[in-house]
Amino acid sequence: MRPLVAVPAAALAILVALACGAAFGETAIPLSTVAKTAANHLFGAGFAVDPIDAGIVWNYRLARAVVAACCGVALALSGVVLQALLRNALADPYVLGISAGASTGAVAVAILGVGGGLVSLSAGAFAGALTAFGTVALLARAAGSGASAVILAGIAGSQLFNALTSFIVARSANAEQARGIMFWLLGNLSGARWPDVTLALPVAVAGTLLCLFQTRALDAFTFGAESAASLGVPVRATQAVLIGTTALMTAVMVSLVGSIGFVGLVIPHGARFLVGSRHGRLVPVSAVTGAVFLIACDIASRMIVPKQVVPIGVVTALIGAPAFALILIRARRMT
Amino acid sequence: MSLAAENLGRDAGGRAILDGVSLVVTPGERLGIIGPNGSGKSTLLRLLAGIDRPSRGEVTLEGASMRRLTRRAIARRLAFVEQQAETAERLTVRDAVELGRTPHLDALRPFGPGDTAIVNAALARVDMSPLADRLWHTLSGGERQRAHIARALAQEPGVLLLDEPTNHLDIRHQIALLALIRRLPVTAVMALHDLNHASLYCDRVLLLRSGRVAALGPPAEVLTPATIRAVFGVEVAVHIDPEDGARSLLVKGHIPFEETQP
Repeated sequence: MRPLVAVPAAALAILVALACGAAFGETAIPLSTVAKTAANHLFGAGFAVDPIDAGIVWNYRLARAVVAACCGVALALSGVVLQALLRNALADPYVLGISAGASTGAVAVAILGVGGGLVSLSAGAFAGALTAFGTVALLARAAGSGASAVILAGIAGSQLFNALTSFIVARSANAEQARGIMFWLLGNLSGARWPDVTLALPVAVAGTLLCLFQTRALDAFTFGAESAASLGVPVRATQAVLIGTTALMTAVMVSLVGSIGFVGLVIPHGARFLVGSRHGRLVPVSAVTGAVFLIACDIASRMIVPKQVVPIGVVTALIGAPAFALILIRARRMT
Repeated sequence: MSLAAENLGRDAGGRAILDGVSLVVTPGERLGIIGPNGSGKSTLLRLLAGIDRPSRGEVTLEGASMRRLTRRAIARRLAFVEQQAETAERLTVRDAVELGRTPHLDALRPFGPGDTAIVNAALARVDMSPLADRLWHTLSGGERQRAHIARALAQEPGVLLLDEPTNHLDIRHQIALLALIRRLPVTAVMALHDLNHASLYCDRVLLLRSGRVAALGPPAEVLTPATIRAVFGVEVAVHIDPEDGARSLLVKGHIPFEETQP
C-alpha cells in the first residue's frame, strides 16, 4: 500500500475506533451525538446536544479512548522494538518485567512518598522501568544470553518487582489505598481524563516518530547486533536510544493506567502476519493496530459484565496469554 | 593501500589473544587467514572489520584510521560476512540482500530504483536471482551463505571480509563458493580452515600461530611441509598436479600430542 492510501486509512481506522469508544458503554450514545459533541469542542460548531450525553462523551469516554489509543501505540511499539533488538519473539515490556518495574516505581512515589513530592508518578515509573530492564539485562547476560535466558530473566525480574510492589502496598498503604492500587495495577482506564491525554499523547507521538526514524536500524538487527554493526549501525547508541524510548513509553503508560500486559506481544505478531517483518511497514501498522486494539479492549472491559468494569489488563491477558502460547509453539517449530 | 593493520593486538581475560600483527592488503587480492583453532583468525577479522576495537596498534582503511571513521563510513567501504548469521524472521532473500543498502540510506535518501538495481546485480552475481523471493528459512546452508555474500556486495564495498565462509557446507558447495569469491570484483580477506582451499583460492596467505604472524606470502612459500609441521603439528606431502600445476597438500599423519605438550 502506498502512503497516499495508507495514511488516510490509518487515520480513519483510529477515528472510527475513537468514535466507537465514545459511543459504546453502559448507556449507548448515538454516533451522531458523538460527532456533534466532538465538533462542538474542537471547532465550536454549536450543535444542540443533550448536556449529560455531551458530558459523558467528552469528559469521560473520549478522553479515556484517546488514552487507551496512546497506550496501545506505546505498548505495541515497545514490543516491536524489544523483539527486534533482543531478537526474541517473546520479548515485550510486560514479559521482561519493565511494566512491573514501572509499577514499583510509581507505587514507591505514590505511597512511600519517594522524592518528597518533587518527583512525579511518571518519573518514578520511568526510574523503576529502567532499573527493572537493567536488572533483567544483567541477569540474562549472567545466564548466558540465550533466547530462553532473556525470558527467564524477565520472569525473575517481574516476580521480584511485583513482590516489591506488594511489599510496599502491604506495609504502608491503608486498606482503601491498597484496594485502589491493586485495581490500578491490573490496568484501569476509569480514571483517564483530558489532563492524562496531555501527557500520553505527546509521549505516544514522539515515540512513534522516533521508531519510524529508526526503522532501517531495526531492520539491520535482523541477523544480530554484530551484523547490524557491519551494516553501519552504531549499535550501542541505537540500543540505548530505542530501549530508553521503550522504557519511557511503558513507564508513562503504567503511571497513567497501570500495567496492561501482552499488547506488545499480540500486536507486533499480528502485524507481522499482515505486512511481514520489515520495520518500514511493521512500525506504522503496529502503532495503528495497537491503538485500535486497546480501544476495543477498553470497550469490551466495560461491556462484558453488565454494570461493572473488568480491569482492561484482564481483557488483554485473556487474549494475550493464548497468543503467547501460540507464538511459543510456532517458535519451537521454526528452529 | 585499501586495508592495513599496524602492530595490531587485542587482549582478553588479561591475556593477549592477538599481538603484533602487521599487514597490508593489496587491492584486488584474495588474502587467506589460516591457523589452528584459537590462533586468532576470527579475532583478527573482527578487528579488521572494525567490529571490535584493538587493544594495541591500529587498522587503516583507505588511509584513514578506523578509530576516526563512523560505523556508517566503514560499512560503505568494507563488508563483513560473519560465520552463520541467522534469523527466525519470515523474510525473503531479497529482503535480506536489501539490508546491504543500509549504510547508503537515510531519511533524506530513501530506498530507490538505483538501490533495486544494485540489489538485483548483487543477487545475479551470486546466482541467487531465481531464489530472490524465497523465504530465508527454506534455504539450504550454501544458499544462505550466498545470500549473505550478496547482502555484503549490495554494500558496494571495496573490501570484503569473510569468516570461514565454507563452514557447514558440503564439499561441492565449498568449492563453488570459493570459486564464486574468486570471481568477485573486490578485495577479499577470508579466514579459512582448509589449507588446500587457501592454497588453491588465495593469492597470499597469512599464517597465525598463538595470535602472532607465523608467515605471510604466496601459498607455495608459506604452506611448506616444515611450516605446517611446526604450526599445525601434521605431516604433509606436497603434490603438484602434472596437468595444471595446481599445488595441493596430502596429509600423511599427525605428530603425537605428547611431543607438542610443553
